[in-house]
Amino acid sequence: MSAAHPPSTLSAARAVLYKELTLERRAPQTLTAMALFCASAFVIFHFALGRNEIEGAIASGVLWVTLTLAALLGIGRSFVADREEGGLDGFLLAPAPRSALLIAKAMTLFIFLLIVGLLASMLFAVLLLGPTPTVSQWGSLALLIVLADLGIALVGTLIAGIAIQTRARDLITSILALPLLIPLLIAVTKASEPLLSAGGGTLVGRWLALLGLYDLIFGLLAYALFDYLVED
Amino acid sequence: MANTEPAVVCSGLVRRYGERRALDGIDLTLDQGQTLVVFGPNGAGKTTLLRVLATLLRPSEGDASLLGSDLRKEGWKVRSKIGFLGHQSLCYGDLTARENLRYHAKLHGVADPAARIEALLDQAGLSGRGDERVFGYSRGMLQRLAICRAVLHEPELLLLDEPRSNLDPAAIEQVEPLIGAAAGRTRVIASHDPAGGLAEADLVLGLRSGSASLFEPAAQVTTDQIGELYR
Repeated sequence: MSAAHPPSTLSAARAVLYKELTLERRAPQTLTAMALFCASAFVIFHFALGRNEIEGAIASGVLWVTLTLAALLGIGRSFVADREEGGLDGFLLAPAPRSALLIAKAMTLFIFLLIVGLLASMLFAVLLLGPTPTVSQWGSLALLIVLADLGIALVGTLIAGIAIQTRARDLITSILALPLLIPLLIAVTKASEPLLSAGGGTLVGRWLALLGLYDLIFGLLAYALFDYLVED
Repeated sequence: MANTEPAVVCSGLVRRYGERRALDGIDLTLDQGQTLVVFGPNGAGKTTLLRVLATLLRPSEGDASLLGSDLRKEGWKVRSKIGFLGHQSLCYGDLTARENLRYHAKLHGVADPAARIEALLDQAGLSGRGDERVFGYSRGMLQRLAICRAVLHEPELLLLDEPRSNLDPAAIEQVEPLIGAAAGRTRVIASHDPAGGLAEADLVLGLRSGSASLFEPAAQVTTDQIGELYR
């Protein structure tokens, strides 16, 4: 009777990703909230630190703490439409590989984080950052944003997958995500510090390697665990 | 060669939520092409039974198989053969009806989805409003769209939880070719309508607090017996 054949992981992931981006385009809540949070946080830091310009370790800390907390907003919202409108059941009823959901959700979060990361960095440079980074420093910072956002997206999707099955999902997201993100935060703040210092500096390879390793480990972990998390 | 496996077999099926047994030792066999109508008061376990059969919930104890596949070990095998209609439409409010169906068609790997979607929307009387976002739909329209979603991939087995709720008589007639007996599909239907349910049932299952208090051929069941389940 059925004229259907189970889709490949890639084809199902593409369908979910397209749906996620369409939903955000129609009702841009997540990106707006994340971007507004970053802008507000920079203004608060400006007054809390009592300085017009910051650099080095403080600049790096302010930038990445802000981006990480903004990411929590995105992680917390990544399954909201699925939970409220039954979309997760809709996916689970299909013969599509479960890993397609992980890939699509992580890709969606990664895209959101990239957009917010790039916008927030520019705003940060205008509002708070003392030294003006060179073109190559901007390039290095963009590379760090890509690597860090990839790790945050993978961990975030894994945590969101756990949280959706619990009643205390809003608490679980922050409680689980922040400790897991500590190694990533240490690496990315250390790596960013010389790029945001007066006199400039270059990327240190070991921090980049640590970020890459973090992404790899959590990518594999998410791939191995996600099926069990979303199914009953 | 025709597949003669029973469509649904449950043996000692138990599903627990914490300590509570939502299903408590259900035994049933349903042959292909037959319709099983499940009656029972709210909280009796009808929805849980349908969700277990739909592979959305795992059995806590006992065995269940659909179309020859063990639900515990081979749930992935049967998903393409199941059409599930629950209390939620499983459609996204910010997508149009066509976009929702296109999304589900891709997840099910439906061949020639555009033609299938148009045929379903036309049948359900939604083709004129298929490009509207679903959040503006009435409950009846949403139910018709949910029915289109449930049968989109032409499943062999339909699991329907009160499929005609929120539908007016004209809409019920419109969706009949999709979910009615004439479609030739095996069906498990949860219902609160004794007369209507009995009329389309081959077998009747009566649930009370998760246990089967009635499992008989429909011809041997009266509306009074079903009424007893609710007292």
